[in-house]
Amino acid sequence: MTTTALSASAMPSLTEGRLRRRRFHQPRGRVVTWVAEHVLLSVLLVLFLFPLVFVVLTSFMTDQQALTANYWPDPWTVENYVKAFSEVPLTRWFGNSALYAVLATAFMLVSSVPAAYALARIKFRGANLIFLAIIIAMLLPPQITAVPVYVIWAKLGFTGTLVPLILPNLLGDAFSIFLLRQFFLTIPKEYSDAARMDGASEWGVLVRVIVPMARPGIAAAALFLFFNSWNDYYGPLLYTSENSAWWPVAYGLATFRGSHSSNWGLTMAITMLVMIPVVLIFFFAQRVFVEGITLTGVKG
Amino acid sequence: MTAVSVNSGRAASSVRPGLRRAQRRRRLTALGMLAPALLGLAIFFGYPLLASIFYSFTRYNLLSDPEWIGLRNYEYLFTQDPKVWIAAGNTLWFVLILVPVRIVTALLVAGLLARARQASGFWRTAFYLPALIPPVAAVVMFVFLFNPGTGPVNEFLSLFGIPGPLWFSDPALAKPSLVFLGVWVMGDIMIIFLASLLDVPREQYEAAELDGANGLQRARYVTYPNITPVLGFAAVTGVIAALQYFTEAAVASTVASGKAIVGESAGATMGYPDNSLLTYTQWIYVRGFSNFQLGYASALAVLLFVVAGVFLALVLRRVRAFSPEEATP
Repeated sequence: MTTTALSASAMPSLTEGRLRRRRFHQPRGRVVTWVAEHVLLSVLLVLFLFPLVFVVLTSFMTDQQALTANYWPDPWTVENYVKAFSEVPLTRWFGNSALYAVLATAFMLVSSVPAAYALARIKFRGANLIFLAIIIAMLLPPQITAVPVYVIWAKLGFTGTLVPLILPNLLGDAFSIFLLRQFFLTIPKEYSDAARMDGASEWGVLVRVIVPMARPGIAAAALFLFFNSWNDYYGPLLYTSENSAWWPVAYGLATFRGSHSSNWGLTMAITMLVMIPVVLIFFFAQRVFVEGITLTGVKG
Repeated sequence: MTAVSVNSGRAASSVRPGLRRAQRRRRLTALGMLAPALLGLAIFFGYPLLASIFYSFTRYNLLSDPEWIGLRNYEYLFTQDPKVWIAAGNTLWFVLILVPVRIVTALLVAGLLARARQASGFWRTAFYLPALIPPVAAVVMFVFLFNPGTGPVNEFLSLFGIPGPLWFSDPALAKPSLVFLGVWVMGDIMIIFLASLLDVPREQYEAAELDGANGLQRARYVTYPNITPVLGFAAVTGVIAALQYFTEAAVASTVASGKAIVGESAGATMGYPDNSLLTYTQWIYVRGFSNFQLGYASALAVLLFVVAGVFLALVLRRVRAFSPEEATP
């Protein structure tokens, strides 16, 4: 989970900024190469979009038609989308996912922004050791520590709820701290030094100088954690599997197909509904998101 | 590193005592800002790591206290566990196949995109898009596309008279089917390759051309050295992700088997078909949280810790992004 986001953390702007400014070097006037490359790209594009097209089409089919090999909806119907809300506790699942993702993100910001600032801007003995610990915590598979962590939550009586997935963010999230630190490092030292000269405390520098300047980076870290929580399957499986009242939407979708195994139309409608919020957020936030990501230090 | 900071501390103290006080105050502020995170590291990382090692020497089911049984869990793990090596083998398969396949495809697509001059934003967004889709949704989609009954993939194959295989229900093809999925969502690494390719200084290509280097030589002597750091990054994070490969395989098994089993027996469908998708982390889940053999699951976790730990110890220094000095731009 972390690692996917980790790669994405290096994602630069898709449509603007640095990617557009530079162009890959290419000898001029090779029409044949140009055509060949674009044909190849187009073929790949069709292959890449093909899954989405079939999912969309199937989600608008009737139950009966979804069982046939006729892929153009006839008639078009939204009954699957209606059923998704009436026959499946989708509203509850969405509510749980939203609660999980929003609270986790808010808690992470409160705890991780100051931590990242301390690692990026304050020189003190032990800083490198703490940074190393955070890197290792971020990279080691969570399954290594799953048993004792589960035991803690079981003894506290919180298994069967989303609390074990939300609350720890109040005590920092390793990947977010890493991402924020890399971003804070790119803000020229002169700004924080100048504020210190004017008598600002470290907290003052953080709140009045760094946070306003690092908005894109903070937004990126927030979005990554939001997406990770929204998409999380392992966590809800571990803690809420037995209590369907707390299922988030990703976990609900995974179990749904099993119990309605013949109904692909409805399954695809729910699949669409699960991915739409994430894709929408990405398109609306792309600019903020991406502005902040180029320089997380991952890029060579 | 420590030596350096100790020295500078001593030097400063001999020069100005006020500076030393300022230094101590700064350290306190820093530790204050880090306090929640340090507490989190201790509670949710340090302690559980040690506790896992302790539990691995016990029999423990959460209902009664852990009972010390010495090395018996490890004995069972290495000599009797019927599935642990199947699971480890599957995970190794994903490390050895999925990771390189994803890197190579991502690099090829990035190479093509780096050359696209018109509508570059459109191409980039289109190829990145699948990486955004929640993994569970992506798996459900793929199981549908590849389903042997009405799936479009097999319908397409039948146009050419090819009998469609069972894909996610065929033990021999379930893992390769997940590789297709992994390639489809390769946008996450593709985009860092693209950024890196676009950063290769144009002058280096021109110089190579003047020296008469052909395309292959330019790729080998100009492109490759420039993108080595991101290749290393993608390989390390890819292997780490493959070692914990869980969600895609578990969801594919649940959805393809058509059984929704939740609660304590949620592990029952894991591995479908015929253990071919049973990865090591799923086996930890099954033993620990379906069978509630927490001591034994801890022994499995410790073995994973050793493998992941050795891997990280060998490669971590080589990834620049993870070094504390990767600082000022």
